[in-house]
Amino acid sequence: MSNLLEVNEVSKNFDNFTALNKVSLSVPKGSIFGLLGPNGAGKTTLIRIINQITMPDSGTVFLDGEALQGKHIKDIGYLPEERGLYKTMKVGEQALYLAQLKGLSKTEAKARLKYWFDRLDIGDWWNKKVQELSKGMAQKVQFVVTVLHEPKLLIFDEPFSGFDPINADIIKDEILHLRNQGATIIFSTHRMESVEELCDDIALINKSNKILEGKLVDVKRQFKSNTYEVGIRSNNQPELRQELAQKFNVSNATFKTLENELKLNIKLQDNEKSNDLLGFLASKGELSHFVELIPSVNDIFIQTVKNN
Amino acid sequence: MNHLPLIIKREYLNKVRNKSFIIMTFLSPIIFVVLIGVVAYLTQLNNDKIRVISVLDESGLVKNIFKDTGHTVYHVLEQMSLKDAKALSKETEAYGLLHIDKMNDVKTIAKHITFYSEESPSINTISDLETQIESKLTNMTLLKNGVDLDMINASKIPVEIAQESFDGEKTSKIDSVIKIAFGGALGYLLFMFIIIYGNMIMRSVIEEKTSRIIEVIISSVKPVQLMLGKIFGTSLAGITQFLIWTILGFVLMLIVSAVFGIDLAQVQTPHQQVVRQAMENPELNMKIQDVLTAFYNLPLFNLVVAFILFFIGGYLLYSSFYAAIGAAVDNETDTQQFMMPVIMPLVLAVYIGIFTVVEDPHGTISTVFSFIPLTSPVVMLMRIPFGVPIWQQVLSFSILVGTFILTVWFAAKIYRVGILMYGKKPTYKALIKWMKY
Repeated sequence: MSNLLEVNEVSKNFDNFTALNKVSLSVPKGSIFGLLGPNGAGKTTLIRIINQITMPDSGTVFLDGEALQGKHIKDIGYLPEERGLYKTMKVGEQALYLAQLKGLSKTEAKARLKYWFDRLDIGDWWNKKVQELSKGMAQKVQFVVTVLHEPKLLIFDEPFSGFDPINADIIKDEILHLRNQGATIIFSTHRMESVEELCDDIALINKSNKILEGKLVDVKRQFKSNTYEVGIRSNNQPELRQELAQKFNVSNATFKTLENELKLNIKLQDNEKSNDLLGFLASKGELSHFVELIPSVNDIFIQTVKNN
Repeated sequence: MNHLPLIIKREYLNKVRNKSFIIMTFLSPIIFVVLIGVVAYLTQLNNDKIRVISVLDESGLVKNIFKDTGHTVYHVLEQMSLKDAKALSKETEAYGLLHIDKMNDVKTIAKHITFYSEESPSINTISDLETQIESKLTNMTLLKNGVDLDMINASKIPVEIAQESFDGEKTSKIDSVIKIAFGGALGYLLFMFIIIYGNMIMRSVIEEKTSRIIEVIISSVKPVQLMLGKIFGTSLAGITQFLIWTILGFVLMLIVSAVFGIDLAQVQTPHQQVVRQAMENPELNMKIQDVLTAFYNLPLFNLVVAFILFFIGGYLLYSSFYAAIGAAVDNETDTQQFMMPVIMPLVLAVYIGIFTVVEDPHGTISTVFSFIPLTSPVVMLMRIPFGVPIWQQVLSFSILVGTFILTVWFAAKIYRVGILMYGKKPTYKALIKWMKY
């Protein structure tokens, strides 16, 4: 699969501050790409460079095989984290204006807006002024405006902020729908559960440098420690614990169960097999719980940033 | 893609449809006309009042020289002590009491004339009295010394110097007055326009920042396009407002003067007073025709063209400053520190226009400041009625345009960085750094 977006060694300095230091990224076509990083890591600067709002000091950006240039503006839809609308303008009028700025003709924009407004059930808002809308309502309008011109690349910066769970779900479904229709999506957020749910690929930026990039499953595989979470019922728990500790690398675990089991995390060596552990445990008592610990994006995030 | 027309249209419609804009547009002329009506009414009221001045002339030399006028009536008191005269004047609510002491010779009398009044009298009243008494006493002295008054009067030769340029164009004193008035009005109009609509541009930029729509917009258009769109859109809204004001003001004036019968010609601005004095002065013997001739003597075609060009150039130059300031700050209160350096050259230009150009329209200072781009629109507009060589105007305008392009370029840099900056109040140092980003 080819890449829609290629960022090659892009650097950006503000005064004495380095916002990006030779950052490279490859965003595969048709994927949802999670751009992660702590506050102030340089994500927004990178996104602004992709949107040609800021120019990089060095490095190149390619969209669909072409060096980034003015005509690409209509190929990108950007929902910034700091977003708003003209408060005194009417919703429909404003959406039309923003769509026209993206190069749509007035009639085309009108037809598409009607489709989207109906789809998101916000058709009644056309003649309302933005200042009459709630924050969530305004966010929906902004979402529509971002995707309206059917860009190849969509960039969402914290798209779910301000939404209630129901509307957040609607937007999530729309994002997946857009991906399935062929759009490539860059998704920047601090909500790790959305990343788990949506992203195919991730990149982690910390202190102006990219420190991690890859398919989400590959990254997880890379970070897994061969540890198993185990719950076992036994009449003599301390004795069993001691016995296991002699054979394996054991630490205490906490998870919720119905009975009072012995709960342990057991880390296997490279030469040890999970089946052997399972067989051994089964012989010692009634097994209620046996799960391989897959590192969460949250864990990976915290671990990587702390070690960096 | 060129989105400039789209942005201009939005800015224009947004301004024009704004409620406060509509209210201001239609209310201002009404307030203005009402104000003028009140002033006119008060002026008339004042003129209708008749002043009574009591005269107690113990010398008996001048008591018959005072002639009643429309506004002043002289009431000569006889056979009365100063004390009684004062009491009587006070009682009859006279404007004041003129007392001439009884003395032996004219020179001493001249030093013993006093005006008593409740409040300090107007300067005009006193100088009027002084002139009348002075002329009487002078004539008496002349007669006493055996001089023939008729001969003196007959020997007076009034002189009027005709003015003509080397090219044979006739001018007069009234010409200068008209030129000052006309140039001043144009310069001042530009000054007001820049301040009012410059602020509007600034507020509109700040609004985009505070509503946080800015990043959405500039992911679609270049910041410089957005900035220019704002400047042009707001300017068009401003011109619309000015046109409506002019038309409405004119119509309302006609209505008010017709309904209330107030003679608007009596309401006088300082310039008009100068003209009136010049006209009333018998030695100049000017008539309204002369004023009209003076008006047509102005380089009208040159003025109109120059007015349009310098007005647009000057306004756009300052607008780019305002746009940059708006981009640099988060709210209006933070704009103060940056406003000063913008307003200063404007005020300077108006002062130079009023004081220096009037005095010496082609002197070094006037000429130099009519080339410096920050002051040239105002100063040049004030100079042109006095006749400025075309090459000077072209040069000055070229400098203005060049500076405008340069300023827009710099302003766009500040704008581009500033619109994405929130939170901290920028310093001048920061602004200079932004230009390098």
